[in-house]
Amino acid sequence: MALQSLDIKARSATTTQPPVARDPIHVAKLIDISKCIGCKACQVACMEWNDLRDEVGTNAGTYDNPRDLTAQSWTVMRFSEVEVEQGRLEWLIRKDGCMHCEDPGCLKACPAPGAIVQSVNGIVDFHQEHCIGCGYCITGCPFNIPRISKKDSKAYKCTLCSDRVAVGMEPACIKTCPTGALVFGTKGDMIRHAEGRIADLKERGYANAALYNPEGVGGTHVMYVLQHGDQPELYANLPKDPHISPLVSVWKGITKPLMSLGIGLAVFAGFFHFINAGPKEVEEEKAD
Amino acid sequence: MGTIQRYTAKERSNHWIVAIAFVLAGLSGLALFHPAFFFLTNLFGGGPWTRILHPFIGAVMFLSFMAMAARFWRANQITTADRQWMGRIKDVLCNHDQNLPEVGKYNAGQKYLFWVMVVSIPVLLLSGIVIWQPWFAPFFPVGLLRVAVVVHALVAWILILGIIVHMYAAIWVKGSVRAMTRGTVSEAWARQHHRAWYRDMTGK
Repeated sequence: MALQSLDIKARSATTTQPPVARDPIHVAKLIDISKCIGCKACQVACMEWNDLRDEVGTNAGTYDNPRDLTAQSWTVMRFSEVEVEQGRLEWLIRKDGCMHCEDPGCLKACPAPGAIVQSVNGIVDFHQEHCIGCGYCITGCPFNIPRISKKDSKAYKCTLCSDRVAVGMEPACIKTCPTGALVFGTKGDMIRHAEGRIADLKERGYANAALYNPEGVGGTHVMYVLQHGDQPELYANLPKDPHISPLVSVWKGITKPLMSLGIGLAVFAGFFHFINAGPKEVEEEKAD
Repeated sequence: MGTIQRYTAKERSNHWIVAIAFVLAGLSGLALFHPAFFFLTNLFGGGPWTRILHPFIGAVMFLSFMAMAARFWRANQITTADRQWMGRIKDVLCNHDQNLPEVGKYNAGQKYLFWVMVVSIPVLLLSGIVIWQPWFAPFFPVGLLRVAVVVHALVAWILILGIIVHMYAAIWVKGSVRAMTRGTVSEAWARQHHRAWYRDMTGK
């Protein structure tokens, strides 16, 4: 990437070290669910900035619209009605989208060099011009985020507005949020900001309020403030301990070099067997 | 000495359709397996074309192999003599072929390879359908996709190793390749390597 602000530190299907001499700031988006009113302005801003227009769907009896993430909808508000305490209804509204994992499973699973990159600032980005449409990123993602477009068979997801961030702007969703539920800055600042919010929530009776920055994926560059930090599943099945599936780790870890080595060794074994033992020849044929 | 017909023209054509499909599926599959092999996508017109073509090539391999398996099924039943032959695999590898148990149309190594293929190729088809984008993969849960990608890679690896042994054996045992190119082998070759089959064929 020509932009220094988007130096790449990890690149899919690449076994050598990309340039990491520079170490710019690590960015993060903080989603304070306790402040979200579910207005979906962030969804609209995302569509506007990224030139996305999803098909108009159907009402499924909830406020979720569209009903799921798609190649055209990179963020979706998920509405959960829960009673954590009996008789006390709570409406938990989670802005779903790419979490920008520090250890991205999509990037690990991707077989196409450079189709998925991780910038030094923490943004995980899909470069569709290198995407081959295999869907391996879907198997790698612990959050069920990437979507293959039906139009072009390429994978899409939230870019954290890498194009905006690269030139010093905040992501479009942040820009538009009317309640301050979405904030953006350095990861350190966002953690400090969250700590203040969590202290406030605890004072107001949410004893388990916590920051969602799961260690299983090395932390994320999109974090949540959860009122019920001990039960992230309440928030439309946000995973409690997300991690890259061990199957994907095995497939994209040890099997790649070991199985490649095995194939190479088999060929060499044949060659050296021939050199040592020689061919099986039939006596009569020698005489011919 | 004369020659003996080992494969008919139809059997040879069937074998080579499987073989060509295997090579193409293998190369395109390896390209998507390890970055070191990604350059092989150039043989297929780039990454997206490799992803598009690979499953269709695999389907051709499956169908043509099933036809071949039906042709060769009976001749590949494992017998007691095969187990004895396998027990003396060291002598086989060292070219000490005297006093080995008599071999029919196929030796035990060939038969085991046959059964490896009979098992692995349908498993590759099934696991491949689960991860076949964009046609079938969207219909399966992600947990199954994760199992399928690992199974597909492992089974493909076993098949590739098996075929490396198969191709080497054809080079190693002189006079074998013509069985699949011309259809015939020399009587001496048949008598030395497949004596029971030789006697069946010639009545000697």
